[in-house]
Amino acid sequence: MEQSQKETSRIGVFICHCGINIGGVVNVPEVVEYAKTLPDVVYAEDNLYTCSSDGLNKIKESIAKYNLNRVIVASCTPRTHEPLFRATCEEAGVNKYLFEMANIREHCSWAHMHEHERATEKAKDIVRMAVAKARLLQPQTEPEIDVTPSALVIGGGISGIIAALCLADQRFKVSLVEKEPELGGMLRNLHKLYPTMQDASEGLEHFIQAVKSNKSIDVFTSTVVKEVKGFIGNFKVTLQKGNSETANLDIGTIVVATGATIFEPVGMYGYGEHENVITQLQLERLLKEGQLKKPEKVVMIQCVGSREEKGRTYCSRVCCMTALKNAMFIRELYPETDVYLLYRDLQTYGQHYEHHHREAQEKGIRFIKYAQEKPPEVVAGKNGKLEVNVYHALLGEQIKIESDLVVLSTPLIQHKDAKELSKMLKVPLGSDGFFFEAHVKLRPIEFATDGIYVCGTAHSPKDTAESVSQAFGVASRAAIPMALKRLRTEAITALVDEDLCSGCRICEAVCEYSAIEMQEKEGKQTSKVLEALCKGCGTCGASCPTGAITMRHFTDNQLVAQVRAAPQVAKEVTKHD
Amino acid sequence: MEANKSILVIGGGIAGIQASLDLASRGMKVYLVEKTPSIGGRMSQLDKTFPTMDCSMCILAPKMIECFRHPNITLLTYSEVKEVKGSAGNFRVKILKKPRFVDLEKCTGCGECAQHCPVEVPNEFDMGLGVRKAIYVPFPQAVPLKYTIDDENCIKCRLCQRMCKAGSIDYDQQPETIDLNVGAIVVATGFELFDARTRSEYGYGKYQNVLTSLEFERLLSASGPTGGHLLRLSDGRIPRRIAFIQCVGSRSLKGGVSYCSSACCVYATKEGILIREHNPECEVYVFYNDLKVFGKGFQEFVNRAKDEWGVKYVRALPGEVVEDPKTGDLTIWYEDTTENVTKNMKADIVVLCPALVPRVASKELAGILGLELDEFGFMKSKDPLFAPVDTNRPGIYICGYCQGPKDIPESVAQASGSAARAAEVIIVATGKEAH
Repeated sequence: MEQSQKETSRIGVFICHCGINIGGVVNVPEVVEYAKTLPDVVYAEDNLYTCSSDGLNKIKESIAKYNLNRVIVASCTPRTHEPLFRATCEEAGVNKYLFEMANIREHCSWAHMHEHERATEKAKDIVRMAVAKARLLQPQTEPEIDVTPSALVIGGGISGIIAALCLADQRFKVSLVEKEPELGGMLRNLHKLYPTMQDASEGLEHFIQAVKSNKSIDVFTSTVVKEVKGFIGNFKVTLQKGNSETANLDIGTIVVATGATIFEPVGMYGYGEHENVITQLQLERLLKEGQLKKPEKVVMIQCVGSREEKGRTYCSRVCCMTALKNAMFIRELYPETDVYLLYRDLQTYGQHYEHHHREAQEKGIRFIKYAQEKPPEVVAGKNGKLEVNVYHALLGEQIKIESDLVVLSTPLIQHKDAKELSKMLKVPLGSDGFFFEAHVKLRPIEFATDGIYVCGTAHSPKDTAESVSQAFGVASRAAIPMALKRLRTEAITALVDEDLCSGCRICEAVCEYSAIEMQEKEGKQTSKVLEALCKGCGTCGASCPTGAITMRHFTDNQLVAQVRAAPQVAKEVTKHD
Repeated sequence: MEANKSILVIGGGIAGIQASLDLASRGMKVYLVEKTPSIGGRMSQLDKTFPTMDCSMCILAPKMIECFRHPNITLLTYSEVKEVKGSAGNFRVKILKKPRFVDLEKCTGCGECAQHCPVEVPNEFDMGLGVRKAIYVPFPQAVPLKYTIDDENCIKCRLCQRMCKAGSIDYDQQPETIDLNVGAIVVATGFELFDARTRSEYGYGKYQNVLTSLEFERLLSASGPTGGHLLRLSDGRIPRRIAFIQCVGSRSLKGGVSYCSSACCVYATKEGILIREHNPECEVYVFYNDLKVFGKGFQEFVNRAKDEWGVKYVRALPGEVVEDPKTGDLTIWYEDTTENVTKNMKADIVVLCPALVPRVASKELAGILGLELDEFGFMKSKDPLFAPVDTNRPGIYICGYCQGPKDIPESVAQASGSAARAAEVIIVATGKEAH
């Protein structure tokens, strides 16, 4: 099919010396002469630097002069230089997908610095293979899609609130959805916020009012996301309030800010058995409501249900500072009360938190380091008290504390309903249960699926300051497509031959970008590529058992032609032909 | 494009790069100022990154190139901010562009000049462990890939000028002042290492086999001074035991800084795994205080280092490192806090993990920008809880390590955050992007 559509190829080959990088090893003029003998090559020349403005002008001039419709540059890596040469072709009226690059530097001259003759032969091989592919190249277009300038923020905790406000300040419409009747999330339960020790409710109230009074933000409380269809720029979202009432929204980008909940340590350290064994979050509420009766001795135990050998292996990040903060507050409230902090490794990182550690020491908090292998024990003691036995790892002795309040620091964990949301949005959860970002290092607040972002404790345990920092970040990432209004999407996408497709759904399962969906056509299930989402990675094409999927710009024809032109294969083919 | 629709980003590390790309990709004009000859920052010096063990340069280089190629980004490398006047929406900035003595338009980065340059000086990129020429690119993937003559060390032999086929050498280049008008400013000046020499008990600067972690990172790197072979610098011997010492000058009340640098426990773990990857026979010990494993995937990473790679952790603060002058071997004296006895351990290389501190020069920059610094010299947030990227000056935002200790993903996320805030200023100033 492709062959018949093909216009006659007129290929120009530009071979770069790259100063001495290529020219010092490969006999470039010899490769030029060789290139001229290859099929459909109508012009070839060498340049000292094809990427210099001189070299680029030569390409443009030659395209006009020799009526070239395919261009090959044999030089360095496409990673750095392909965009430049592609742009040059476009300036001269040649579709950029009719450009092919042959790497004779990294793949040849640099690798074979001391073998000039053989390197020259290899450069010829590489150029011959590029020509074989270039003869079959087809022009491609990059489709454009419109982006609805309206964001959906799922979760009305501090992360969602900050993201919504910052997006609104960038003049986008925002729908903020919260499943609870009130905005505020976890901060509603908290007493003071470290490191400034301001009242949590005070800070929160300010931002809730700001959201409510912002005309660009629609707040939906007691509401959940019921269905999400479509793709970046064009999501169709259905919200449900209560049992019946629904709303349909057109959405450009989606922010996941669903937060986290706290682990309930039932059966650990007497929790659920003794009523004076409570979680750190319960203590936080008692302090907030002024309901903490004066205890004589308080024991706080860190890493309860976190940093486990198996299961919840992760560190929950916020517990050490939360315990320090609450321990100091108890001492302020009741200076005669002894507070013990049983910890494994104190997570007082960054420029602010170590200071609180010292302050706590000065305020008489007693720190006891315990080892993971020898965790403390909590048993019923005399007069309704609790007896905490712990091996002091630094003093090397067993210690017994008669306590009337034991506080367990338990980790933040993912909400139960996150799985459902993850399926609905087709974004993954990690092995720790938290939402899993596109790239741990460089794409920390977005998903591999375009147009969907994540921030706050939905992503991993973090404190208020860190959640807010990510929320501002998300407000930039989610704004970019909306600010552009139109997006150019990938031209190199997958193409399904519906006649060959057996509807096995393997492609749908392997696609990392949720770019394949099934459709029914004439009573038959076939797969369909959502071009706006497809990245052209080729995974579906490689896994299709019936060969129904072709990758544009990397068609079987093109690749086979290129491989058949490879030296070993070329010899074999000649032998057998 | 109107002048006040543009943004000045100061610092070309990963934070500055991310902030620039966020702003440029939404159609705003960015001037990215970097004082060294190439963007890339600290991340470009790293071999691998935790906890994914991605090759640092491999994931960074595409972003550097995107900055270089982006039509909305003007790179001003080898340049420094000298003056800032005005206010949010309308800052007037003077930038000093230092002479490279190489014409950026003509230089193709081919490297012939450096091949012939007779002058060798310690290479800053390799933390002084390797050498470079007086005409140089800091590293092979530098952006822009253009050479610079280091005026201080150039002997004016003019060999480079004779060898340059592109005719790009220009000894008459003068410093240039560039006037910019920008709507907002993002500061991302990063960090440097605490001077480990001041902790004389560990012998850094005195003993050749005591290295800082960033020097060691270069020693591990395939692009480093030994081509990625893990060797002792004193005698070229293959090390059999390497020990890391945490909190050198951090979490300290006697000299150094009192805060925790946040990244050291995990990067030492990463370097430990890399050692075992290079040479499974080489033992690795990490002397630590409190193991900081608070980040996503950190604890699991440390577990992997212990269980799968055999990296050993010792909770102790070493008091002294002593060299055997004959062999260059080192002895670490430490108190084992779990047994309360003084012990010693021999090691072929000792790697110090020094406190990471704000750049010394950021103090001067803060003066120019009118920004407040905190007690440690970090750029001060307007509110550490709810306005982390805002400063005392409207229109000027901060991100990355210059705002406080953080790792790469935190810097990247915060860079986007500062971009969002800067974008707001531009939108208000221009009334554009309204819907």
